[in-house]
Amino acid sequence: MNSLYLLWRYLQTSVKSQLQYPASTIMLNISQFFLNIIDVIAIGALFARFGQVQGWKFGEVVFFYGVVSASFAIADFLTRGFDVFGTEFVKTGAFDRVLLRPRSAALQLIGYDFRLSRFGRLAQAIAALGIASVSLNYHWGPPQVALALWAITGGVALFAGLFVLQATLAFWTVESLEVANVLTYGGIQAAQYPLSLYAGWFRTFLIFVVPLGCVAYYPVVALLGRHDPLGAPDWFLPMAPAAGFAFLGAGLLAWDFGIRHYRSTGS
Amino acid sequence: MDAARPYLAAFAARFQQMLQYRAAALAGFATQCWWGAIKVMIYTAFFHAGRHDASPISLGQTITYTWLAQGFLALNPWGGDPDVAAAVRTGAVSYDRLRPVDGYAWWYARAAGWMTARAVPRAALMFLTAGIALPLLGFGAWSWRPPADLAQAGLFALSMLLVVALSSAIVNLTNVIIAATLTDRGANILMGPLLIVFSGNLLPLRLFPDWAQTALFVQPFAGLVDIPFRIYFGDLTGAGAWAGLGLQAFWTLAFVAGGHAWMSRVMARLQVQGG
Repeated sequence: MNSLYLLWRYLQTSVKSQLQYPASTIMLNISQFFLNIIDVIAIGALFARFGQVQGWKFGEVVFFYGVVSASFAIADFLTRGFDVFGTEFVKTGAFDRVLLRPRSAALQLIGYDFRLSRFGRLAQAIAALGIASVSLNYHWGPPQVALALWAITGGVALFAGLFVLQATLAFWTVESLEVANVLTYGGIQAAQYPLSLYAGWFRTFLIFVVPLGCVAYYPVVALLGRHDPLGAPDWFLPMAPAAGFAFLGAGLLAWDFGIRHYRSTGS
Repeated sequence: MDAARPYLAAFAARFQQMLQYRAAALAGFATQCWWGAIKVMIYTAFFHAGRHDASPISLGQTITYTWLAQGFLALNPWGGDPDVAAAVRTGAVSYDRLRPVDGYAWWYARAAGWMTARAVPRAALMFLTAGIALPLLGFGAWSWRPPADLAQAGLFALSMLLVVALSSAIVNLTNVIIAATLTDRGANILMGPLLIVFSGNLLPLRLFPDWAQTALFVQPFAGLVDIPFRIYFGDLTGAGAWAGLGLQAFWTLAFVAGGHAWMSRVMARLQVQGG
């Protein structure tokens, strides 16, 4: 209980400090909105030219995009401390201080910063889901809302796991590795289209190694009321987002291993 | 020639400095390969789904375009020169005012060196991977194809020089905005979405609807990505290619003239921050 209270205080402080610069915060939100909504423009232009792709319609692809984009926005909001861990904690030696405090390192890193600008990204994800719903004339009942929220939650866990793994690497590399962006930002890029568009080896990677397909593709196929063209059984589709939590669990195990092998840079 | 010496020195110094960041180049290269591969798979799926005359350019051309765009990504004016932003923040910008050179040309040469040095190793690696390794590994359909013919290759080389000239002019305009507003945040934020959509980085401009094509061709950002690559694979030939080169030159001159005039005004009443 005490940890939750502490997180709440971290959140309050972070939000208050950003609201000291209201114009900047609003600008960043607007820019996040536009920087990301342009992906929908690309999807729209491709469908305007080609009509359909493997039987998928414009609204359906935007649906995939909206779900994965919402997951990422929330995960990025919660895990900023892990994202900048190498540069701002290991390299500077600030992590020594974190370890001295009588609370877990993970808790303190979550509380490090909650960036309000991620709401701009979340807003565009919701806008994308709105566009998809109108385009498909989609009916949102309670089961659909529940499944969508479950998929998004699984996606948050998966992306959080990726940020934790990225931070774990920094125990050995000291710097934050930009290569991890391939899986975070590149992950959204990959998961915004149905998996059936990709080559076999790439699908395998997105299902079994970094299970982006499980948190975006399978549940959305179920939401769209389709059968998986790749042959996954119908009962499996709504359960797939659990893979995101398994991934986060594996990430946290690696993180614990990393902490035990941490050597201060002495800065 | 003597008049150009300090600027050539600024270009060379910045070029050599940026070549030191090998790890950054490799990281950037890995990201660009991943992005390129995803795009190639998606375009392949769309081209196979639609009628063969649905697109004005072929799948092979679109794939070549994708690798070229990923390889030369660093030649785009993503924002101001970080050194200039730092100089504005710390007040070191006043040293630049003391140099017996034209301030605009000084920054321009540095911007050109900065971008070229980041682009050259990445483009070379990308060509080795997508142009040579992919066909050898049996992924010929996914590869970066050679230029249409020798004449188009020559025009492409000329067009890439103009890309550096145009891009440096836009970076320098951003530098001036940074000096005027004392922060690199606003300018860099505004540049991103415009650049991604209108240069062709998001999607080859030819794949946008037909009614938008003329407008997309004449706007300045097309000269950064779309025009040179269309020349490369022979979608812009003869008079069309020369029109493209003319547009690149026109926009370069326009941005240089605008940036130069504005910089004189900004520098005349520059507030130097201490610290």
